[in-house]
Amino acid sequence: MEFFHEPKIDWMGIKWYFIALSLALAAAGLISMAVKKGLAYGIDFRGGTVVNVKFSKAPNLDTIRSELDRQNLRGATIQGYGVPSNHEVIVGLDLKTTASSEALDQGKRAIVTALSGLFGQGQAGKLDFNNSSPQTVSDHLVAADPLGLSSKGYDSATKAYGDLAEAVINFRNSPPRSGLISDFQELSSVPGANAGVIATLKNDFYLSNFAVKNTEIVGPKVGGDLRRQAVYVTLAGLGAMLVYIWFRFELSYGVAAVVATFHDVIITLGFFSLLHKEISLTVIAALLTLVGYSMNDTIVVFDRIRENVRLNKREDFVGLINRSINQTLSRTILTSGLTFLAVLSLFLFGGEVIHGFSFALVVGVIIGTYSSIFIASPIVVFFQKRWPGSSAAARPKTYAREAVPARR
Amino acid sequence: MEMKIKGRAIFIGIVMVVCLLGIIGFPKNFQELKDNVRSRIRMGLDLKGGTHLVLQVQVEDAVNITADQVLERLQDELKAKNIPYADVQKADDTQVQPPKHRIVVKGVPQEKAGDLQTLSSEQFSDWELSRMPGDATSWMLALKTTAAANIRNQALLQSMNTIRNRVDQLGVTEPTIAEYGQRDFELVVQLPGVDDPSRVKDIIQSTALLELKIVQDGPISSRESALAAHGGVLPPDTQLLPGSGPNGEAWYVVNRVAAVTGRDLSGAEPSHDVNGRPSVNFTLTRDGAARFGRVTGANVGKQLAIVLDNRVYDAPVIQSQISDRGEITGPFTPQKVQDLALVLRSGALPASIIYLSEETVGPSLGADSIRHGVVACIVGFVAIMAFMLIYYRGAGINADLALVFNLIILIAALGYFGAVLTLPGIAGVILTVGMGVDSNVLIFERIREELRLGKAVGAAVAGGFEHAFVTIIDTHVTTIVSAAILFTFGTGPIRGFAVTLTIGLLANLFTSVFVSRVIFDYVLSRREKGAELSI
Repeated sequence: MEFFHEPKIDWMGIKWYFIALSLALAAAGLISMAVKKGLAYGIDFRGGTVVNVKFSKAPNLDTIRSELDRQNLRGATIQGYGVPSNHEVIVGLDLKTTASSEALDQGKRAIVTALSGLFGQGQAGKLDFNNSSPQTVSDHLVAADPLGLSSKGYDSATKAYGDLAEAVINFRNSPPRSGLISDFQELSSVPGANAGVIATLKNDFYLSNFAVKNTEIVGPKVGGDLRRQAVYVTLAGLGAMLVYIWFRFELSYGVAAVVATFHDVIITLGFFSLLHKEISLTVIAALLTLVGYSMNDTIVVFDRIRENVRLNKREDFVGLINRSINQTLSRTILTSGLTFLAVLSLFLFGGEVIHGFSFALVVGVIIGTYSSIFIASPIVVFFQKRWPGSSAAARPKTYAREAVPARR
Repeated sequence: MEMKIKGRAIFIGIVMVVCLLGIIGFPKNFQELKDNVRSRIRMGLDLKGGTHLVLQVQVEDAVNITADQVLERLQDELKAKNIPYADVQKADDTQVQPPKHRIVVKGVPQEKAGDLQTLSSEQFSDWELSRMPGDATSWMLALKTTAAANIRNQALLQSMNTIRNRVDQLGVTEPTIAEYGQRDFELVVQLPGVDDPSRVKDIIQSTALLELKIVQDGPISSRESALAAHGGVLPPDTQLLPGSGPNGEAWYVVNRVAAVTGRDLSGAEPSHDVNGRPSVNFTLTRDGAARFGRVTGANVGKQLAIVLDNRVYDAPVIQSQISDRGEITGPFTPQKVQDLALVLRSGALPASIIYLSEETVGPSLGADSIRHGVVACIVGFVAIMAFMLIYYRGAGINADLALVFNLIILIAALGYFGAVLTLPGIAGVILTVGMGVDSNVLIFERIREELRLGKAVGAAVAGGFEHAFVTIIDTHVTTIVSAAILFTFGTGPIRGFAVTLTIGLLANLFTSVFVSRVIFDYVLSRREKGAELSI
């Protein structure tokens, strides 16, 4: 099977359309960032509190908001999360509401207090089963000993109840319940959870209509540090790549590759700004991946250019670049297509947590492929026209491969 | 030729067997297999649930405490050595980072200058003595930079140990306590499975500085009246501490120097006092007991203040000499008594702690992430493998094998290095898979090109590998170079990405260049002369 049979496309002839497109995309992104006064950073960079809560039925966001206001948590952001049928809500507080460093988690506690008031319906002396850990459940089972295991010795009883508690909590956490049960009888399908065990749980616990699935609290210092570090480290990485490509190819190739990769990052960030998506730590991981991917793609094209320059020193440089891109086109489309398949599957099936991550990769794979052809290659042409003496053709280096000449 | 392929195939086989055993161990049944895999592939907290804390040790506390002790010791030594002085004071410069710690001694007669210099060089070698400019009788002792740095680093290490002790005693499984970043004295504490961190946080944070001090006066109902009772100035070597008495707030004038401190404890257990209230019983080390016996023996009839974190919890009257044990009572709940005994056993923190960030991933969210991630990876993987088979036919098997081998090596290496798989780590895996596929595509496209040029099958395969090899090396080395930078300068999540990426790319060089070549050679050796290559 073959998609492309020796294509003969004049890539450098149509480059200006695509450079214009790139400039337009970059400008749109930068203007959007300027208008919105910077990027929308996630909690890990901005600092603040985010609590992810699942409810047993669709919650009324306005009720939650007014209760939070009553708890003096003004300016909290409350939004639905994921598919509506999951009844999940994210409550976010920025640093101003949760300032003091002595009690980093005061915002979280206030949120949980507010929700308990609204959705808890707790009974005095009982614990909320939907917000309990296996350890708590295990402690209560050991104390009540509904299976009569105490005769077997303390250690074996603790182990048995620990395993049972874990099984019960795992059952609660697995879909379709995903963290919430509404009736203790549901637990009867867990092996080992007989009527006695369920009676004990009923006696010691109640069932609230919400479960805190995830909390993230970031103080002001950590956020700023991380943001700086991500930027510096990425720039250092790009610098190191520039040096390596300079050493293996030419300085102009290195500059071209770094500019192209930088272009990809700017445009991807622009998409995040335009689509109101948050930059979180996982998005940074995706951007690092994108840098690696884009660089890889560019080097494959450059490598072919270098090879062709050495084989045909007299060939017109623009024609040579077109030929190199055409020769690698089949590979470029295949690799990008397959990588795109992989990240698309992440985007579609990977779940809400990595949504930003997979979105950055979906955009990045397309931009990264495109920039090798329409940004990196034209820059090499530009350098070659401006300073013809500096091309690889002018002073061929000796490479291991030339010992085994491959004749065309 | 036949032998050479065999030798290489055996080598590959050994590598794969070692890697597979590295992942699954030697299981006797299916349950054991699952346990082995679970213990070897360690998931990060973002995948399996738990609490992730970043905290900062306020190491300057420890330097301050040292400086305070030196200040007291200096006064004693000056008296002992008969060096008169008018005043000794701290004069720290807190404007600079890190702060400079200094002690100024005023009014030392000129003829005693030599004695002071001898004292300083003999007893206070961590400090540098210099004259105050423009005043022949004033001197300044400045803590040497290296000594201060040493104290700070010690405080960080000791805090780490204390926190580890406390977390271990709480029974958290597989906690991680490590330095976070290279500066700023930050620690990261990871507590898998802990989804309500408030109690753990309190326990980690409590300084639990226990001191037993002789009371000179008290209880007094307010700070003002305590001061007024002594004419506005406390007696020398005493301090005023708050506490609670029978009528609410109470203040005590106590000796500045403690009879014994938490360091002299050999044990602490939750218990009940004679009235049945929860209490903590402690025992002292031999050294501590000797000192305690001496002090209590000399102060029978006086009160002994039990001071925890600079607050007086109780001040019983010393009935007779006490040597090696004591009891702390106060308005404690049973839970609080348990925790107090725990922190006393684990030792005091040398410096206070502030929390910088806290992340709790509930187990259900972690489970969701894993399930989604696994589904997505399988779908993506199967799609890629199917496509390679359709597009390259026979050679597609080759590529798919290389990809599977690559993943097995990657997972085994992660387990071997004890690396933890996190979401950014998975990003590294994705880039690895992308570049692995790319390597195969590069090689195959090149072989097709050579075939189009009319080369014989054997020569085309050799030429394809040779040409693609240079490109593969360039792309891989470039990416590994940048991963090395990320690893060196990055922390936490960025490092996780760099580790998986580097391991994956090294594995990829092996599988796509070496393994894939061996398979090709094998296919070529079995091929009938003149038959076409399936690519």
